[in-house]
Amino acid sequence: MAVLDWEVIQQYLPLYQEAAWLTVRLGVAGIIFAILIGLICAIVQYFKVPALRQIAAVYIEISRNTPLLVQLFFIFYGLPKIGIPTNATVCGIAGLAFLGGSYMAEAFRSGLEAIPAIQTESALSLGLSRAQTMRYVILPQAASISVPPFIANVIFLLKETSVFSAISLMDLMFTAKDLIGLYYKTTECLFLLVVFYLLILLPISILGSLLERRLRHAGFGA
Amino acid sequence: MPDLGLSVLLKGKNMARLLGGLWVALRISLIAVAISLPLGILLGVLMAGKNRVVKAILRVYLEFIRIMPQMVLLFLGFFGTTRAFGWNISAELAAIIVFTLWGTAEMSDLVRGAIISIPRHQYESSQALGLNKRQTYFYIILPQAARRLIPLSINLITRMIKTTSLVLMIGVVEVLKVAQQIIEANRMTSPNAAFGLYLTVFVLYFLACWPISLLARYLEKKWR
Repeated sequence: MAVLDWEVIQQYLPLYQEAAWLTVRLGVAGIIFAILIGLICAIVQYFKVPALRQIAAVYIEISRNTPLLVQLFFIFYGLPKIGIPTNATVCGIAGLAFLGGSYMAEAFRSGLEAIPAIQTESALSLGLSRAQTMRYVILPQAASISVPPFIANVIFLLKETSVFSAISLMDLMFTAKDLIGLYYKTTECLFLLVVFYLLILLPISILGSLLERRLRHAGFGA
Repeated sequence: MPDLGLSVLLKGKNMARLLGGLWVALRISLIAVAISLPLGILLGVLMAGKNRVVKAILRVYLEFIRIMPQMVLLFLGFFGTTRAFGWNISAELAAIIVFTLWGTAEMSDLVRGAIISIPRHQYESSQALGLNKRQTYFYIILPQAARRLIPLSINLITRMIKTTSLVLMIGVVEVLKVAQQIIEANRMTSPNAAFGLYLTVFVLYFLACWPISLLARYLEKKWR
């Protein structure tokens, strides 16, 4: 086992910091759009809006059954050929949003669907309006069910950003690959790569398990 | 209407080459699935068990594998180990090893979840009925756990198939790489082939994963 060369690591550190920052920025942007798409799809499916509901279903199937790498290749190299220009950043965010939207939709939908109809009926018979039922009865319960899959999706999507290196966005993965190719300090580069991903992902993972534990107590009758 | 790659696709053996590339990717994931399902069940049962040391070790393994992007794992498995141990394994073998390790971790977590989701009274009732530990496990716990487990593990298979698209990055010539090669070879005659070819790859992956997802959903509904 090669011993790490700390001088090299110090030298690379700023490059990795910049790349980590890019990873986080693109990841957060993609996740925000994914949440929006997910919310729209979940609402459309929950209220059974005709036509839109089928479109959402088709979108979810397509997005869930194809890999992000293939989606990105299609968006980045395929779409310009029919006259839709893309740049790498927009393409990365769009790809992540396209992939993440369906996962988020499933997370929200599973929460909404887990609330039994008797809750709505009881709330209505108590004289709450439709909006009030949603606001005070359904959403609080649905949200607590949706949180664990939501956090899992956030981690999943941040991990998927590593694929961005394939469309030459200078994220952590790209930086590591580049530096390995340039200076052949494989061990140090991979070590830094692992450390930086841990720094980004571990806090979210810990936060997720804490939240999950708290919400399990909040669950009604569980 | 400019040519968007359909004619390139139909030219010569291009379609067959593309399918061959898909098979390379599928082969890696299927071998990994075949090894990691039984291993994952074994580790999952151990993790649901009582031995604390075993549980702690498996926990570290599981958390590390699950928190790292699969691409990082691939790089560690292919470039990292080559450097560290001085061996020289093919990218395909490295991919199989990495996906097996990853699949085992994911599978063991599913198994653990399925086993601990069986309520305590099931164990207690079967003991009260005079079944011994092994009988309890084989006749009471495992059949119920399997019902919850099978749809989830089928989903894991589609995830593994999707993730194998990453082996492109360590130089395995799979479907995306073949598409790239075909596009490059026809760059002069049909410069817009990238659209059609990447769309085809997209559709191929969808066709590979969709039936499996449908099966998982069907079983999930049926056994709820």
